[in-house]
Amino acid sequence: MSGALLHVQNLVAGYGTADILQGVTLEIWPGEMVATVGRNGVGKSTLMKTIIGLLSTRRGSISLKGESITHLRADQRAALGIGYIPQGREIFPELSVEENLMMGETINCAKQSFRYDLVYEYFPILRERRRQVAGTFSGGQQQMLAIGRALVGRPTLLLLDEPSLGIQPSIIQEIGQALLRLNREEELTILLVEQNMRLIEHVAVRAYAMDKGRIVANLTLEMLKDRETLADYLAV
Amino acid sequence: MSLGYLVSLLYQYADSIAFLLLAALGLMIILGVVNVINLAHGELIMMGAYITTLTYHRAHLPLPLCMALSTIGVGLFGMLLERFVIRRFYDDKLGALVATWGVSLILSQGTLLVFGPSLESVPLAAWTFSYGRYSFGGYRLLLFVIAIAIVLIAWWVFYHTRLGVRTRATMQNADMARALGVNTRDIYLLTFGVGSALAGLTGALYAPTTTIVPLMGNQFVDVAFITVVVGGGANPIVGALTSAALLSLIATPLSSTLGTFSGRIGLLIAALVVIRFLPRGISGYFQDIRYRRMARGVS
Ligand SMILES: Nc1ncnc2c1ncn2[C@@H]1O[C@H](COP(=O)(O)OP(=O)(O)O)[C@@H](O)[C@H]1O
Ligand SMILES: [Mg+2]
Repeated sequence: MSGALLHVQNLVAGYGTADILQGVTLEIWPGEMVATVGRNGVGKSTLMKTIIGLLSTRRGSISLKGESITHLRADQRAALGIGYIPQGREIFPELSVEENLMMGETINCAKQSFRYDLVYEYFPILRERRRQVAGTFSGGQQQMLAIGRALVGRPTLLLLDEPSLGIQPSIIQEIGQALLRLNREEELTILLVEQNMRLIEHVAVRAYAMDKGRIVANLTLEMLKDRETLADYLAV
Repeated sequence: MSLGYLVSLLYQYADSIAFLLLAALGLMIILGVVNVINLAHGELIMMGAYITTLTYHRAHLPLPLCMALSTIGVGLFGMLLERFVIRRFYDDKLGALVATWGVSLILSQGTLLVFGPSLESVPLAAWTFSYGRYSFGGYRLLLFVIAIAIVLIAWWVFYHTRLGVRTRATMQNADMARALGVNTRDIYLLTFGVGSALAGLTGALYAPTTTIVPLMGNQFVDVAFITVVVGGGANPIVGALTSAALLSLIATPLSSTLGTFSGRIGLLIAALVVIRFLPRGISGYFQDIRYRRMARGVS
């Protein structure tokens, strides 16, 4: 096996009778922050849901650190160290902020301790408002909570689906900074789905371009820094 | 109205609350967390009463021990039921309804075949005390204390333990809970076990007060379903408590003046009125208000 942290091979998955993913292959190396780009509806979120295991793999395989996780349940994959932050955040609205963070404790069962200190350092508002009911948070605050929730359990791989969606630019900036620090200081490997060009070029080292359930191009750092090339792939 | 009469009304009110809570809480917790309407709930109560009665008469064990055996035995039975039957029907609500109904028929008919039409009851502890011309049963008061204690314990587990946080998260968004590493299958298994254990305890506690027959569960499920409908599954604990308190307020004066049957009719009418205005029950109504507030950004 290769030394890839995440290896997805010929992945086919979908809903009902339709296959949305038509054979996706990608590799993420330890310590990388890689983006997946593509216009709406090409299957980016479907890919993330299939990697975490909320959708079952119809064909192909997924392996983490060289071990196949294709046939594991979502909770077993999380326990192996995958932190998932879905599109639309999906915080638990009726739980308090602190209880939402506690829900991340079951990620990565190999860890020695939780990372509340790190989460509160990155997002101090979560400490200030820890007793507040999470459903009352604004979109940006909910996004920080969803990221914090995944970080508490010390994941080795973060799956982050469109963190910028519906969020004001200043908070997108703040989230971008946090992702860079996590990647550099904590050596966290991140697979990021994004459509926001500024965020992509700010944080990613390379990207996969997706269309119609397939990877159609590998974008290098130079291509990401070139607005026009990137714009082409975001609106194929 | 004399003070004695008031005290007697209060006593009947407590008695009624205890009955509704104990009859409904297990059903309600299973509905709220697992989202299955367990039509075998009455038979699980019956099973609890049978285990207590049989172990008391045949094994000559002390009554509290018999009751503990009922609770544990029916709880384990409920877990087996979840593991081998109910689990197959989580994507098929109607199927789950039919499956639990089938289980209820097998249990009541099986009991009739094995143990005959009735068992000799367990003797009722004769603790009584009187106030003025009214006398009260101490055992009924004990039932009230136990019912309240169970609600408090359930509330504590739900709101002050990690298991409670995971259970509430699973109720709100099971997929997300799974994606964060919660084995929701275990949560459902455990919840079904606890709900069944509560049914077993209810049967055990009421065994000394009633005739022990295979269809004895029916007297509990009528009121249990009314209590569940009025309380709503959105929050089993708040729902059970508010619903039992409200329904007892209606049923107690009716039963005490016009008889038990009128009390039951009163319960039904109250339930119809409540679901006409609060289709998701009292706790569902509270939840809707909370979500509307959240949408406006105030807590
Ligand atoms: N829950 C679902 N059930 C059925 N089809 C879905 C569901 N979610 C997404 N789809 C379909 O799958 C396709 C890919 O969706 P998605 O992965 O969300 O795209 P993206 O995240 O790239 O915008 C779309 O055509 C969408 O309509
Ligand atoms: Mg998407």
